[in-house]
Amino acid sequence: MNAALNSIARLGRMVLDGAQHAGSMALFAIELAWVLIPTWSRPRDILQQVYAAGVLSLVIILVAGGFVGLVLGLQGYNILSNFNASESLGVMVALSLVRELGPVVAALLFAGRAGSAITAEIALMKTTEQLAALEMMAVDPMRRVIGPRFWGAMIAVPLLAAMFSLVGIIGGYLIGVVVLGVDQASYWGQIREQMEAWDDVGGGAIKSVAFGAVIALISVYEGYRAEPTASGMARATTQTVVLSSLAVLGLDFVMTAFMFGA
Amino acid sequence: MNVQRGVELVVGLFVLAGIAALMVMALQWSNFGPSRVAGYEITARFDNVGGLSVQSPVKLAGLTIGRVDSIEIHPETFQAEVRMVIDDKYDNLPTDSFANIYTAGLLGAQYVEISPGGALESLEDGDRITMTQSAIILESVVSKFLFDKAKE
Repeated sequence: MNAALNSIARLGRMVLDGAQHAGSMALFAIELAWVLIPTWSRPRDILQQVYAAGVLSLVIILVAGGFVGLVLGLQGYNILSNFNASESLGVMVALSLVRELGPVVAALLFAGRAGSAITAEIALMKTTEQLAALEMMAVDPMRRVIGPRFWGAMIAVPLLAAMFSLVGIIGGYLIGVVVLGVDQASYWGQIREQMEAWDDVGGGAIKSVAFGAVIALISVYEGYRAEPTASGMARATTQTVVLSSLAVLGLDFVMTAFMFGA
Repeated sequence: MNVQRGVELVVGLFVLAGIAALMVMALQWSNFGPSRVAGYEITARFDNVGGLSVQSPVKLAGLTIGRVDSIEIHPETFQAEVRMVIDDKYDNLPTDSFANIYTAGLLGAQYVEISPGGALESLEDGDRITMTQSAIILESVVSKFLFDKAKE
C-alpha cells in the first residue's frame, strides 16, 4: 500500500518538476529576449561565438552531409530502379535533404557538437563564480555571456543546415551519376523541375532557423541554471543534448505537419 | 589583433558559404515559381485533365517551354479550361497545334505536350488551342479492355 502510494507520489513529483523546468525556461526566455537586441552593441562577441559554434562544427557537418547524401543515393537508386524511375533519384535525394534531413540532422549534430559545449562553458563559468564576478563588476552576464552565445548558435544552425543539404545533394550525385550511371541531365533536371524555391528550400530554411533558436535557448538555459558542482555540470550537459534532440524531432513533426501536410 | 582578424575572416567566409548554399539551392536548383516563365498565355479545353495541376510543365518535343497557370471549368461546355504561360522564346507555335495530356513514366506527374501543326500563322497571347486530347485515365482503359475481352 505504502509502496504504491510512494510510486504515485514519485510520478506526481516528476510531472511537477517537469512543469517547473518548462516554466523557468519560459521565464528565462523572456529575460533573454530583452537583451537580444542590446547584445548587438558588441558584434565582436557574437562573431567570436559564430566562430566557436559554427565554423568549428563545419567539418562534422560537411562530412556527415556527404555520407548521408551517399547513402540516400545508394538506397534511392535501389528502390527507384525497381520502378524504372532512377531518373528521379535527384529529386528524391534533394527533397529529402532540403525538407527534412538537412535541417534535422544538422540540428542534432549541432546539439551534440556545439550545444553541449555552450552549456559546459556557461556551467563552468557559473561553478567557478565567474558569472557572479561579472555581476559584481556591474557587467550583465545575460548581455555579455548568454546573449552572444545564443546568437552564435542561432546564426550558425541555418547556415550549417544549408551546407549540409548542399553537400548531401553533391554526395547523391557522386554515387548516383558517377558510380551508378544515372543520367546526369535528368539528375539535375528533375531537381530543377520539382524543387520549389519557396516551399521546399524556404520551408527547410524556416525549420532550421526554428531549430537553431530552440537549441540555442536550451543550451544557454541549461548552462545558466546548472547546479554549481561537477555533477551538476555533467547533468546540465547531458540534459542539453537530450532535450534539444527531442525538441528538434518533436518540433520537426509539428512544423512538417503545418508546412507540407494537408 | 591578428588572431581576431583571422577569426573575423573565417566567420565572414562561413556566413557567405552558408548563404551561398541556400541561394544555389533556391535560385539555381529549383524552379522559381510562376515568375520565372515570363511569356504569353494560351488556353486549351480538355474533357478531362486527370492529374494535371497548376505549375505542371508544358512541353514541346519533350522540352519544357511553359507552365500551367490555372485550370478552371468552362461554364458553358463543362470542359476544363487550362491556361498556360509559354516562354516568349517559343512564339512561333502554329495555330493548328495539338495539345495532349501525357504522363511522365508509368506513375509520374502529368504534363501538357504540344504537337505543332502546319499552319503558317502562329499562336498569340490569349489564343486557344482547339484540338486537344484528354488525359488517359488508367481505370477507363482497363475497363474498356476488360469489356472488349468479355465480348469475345
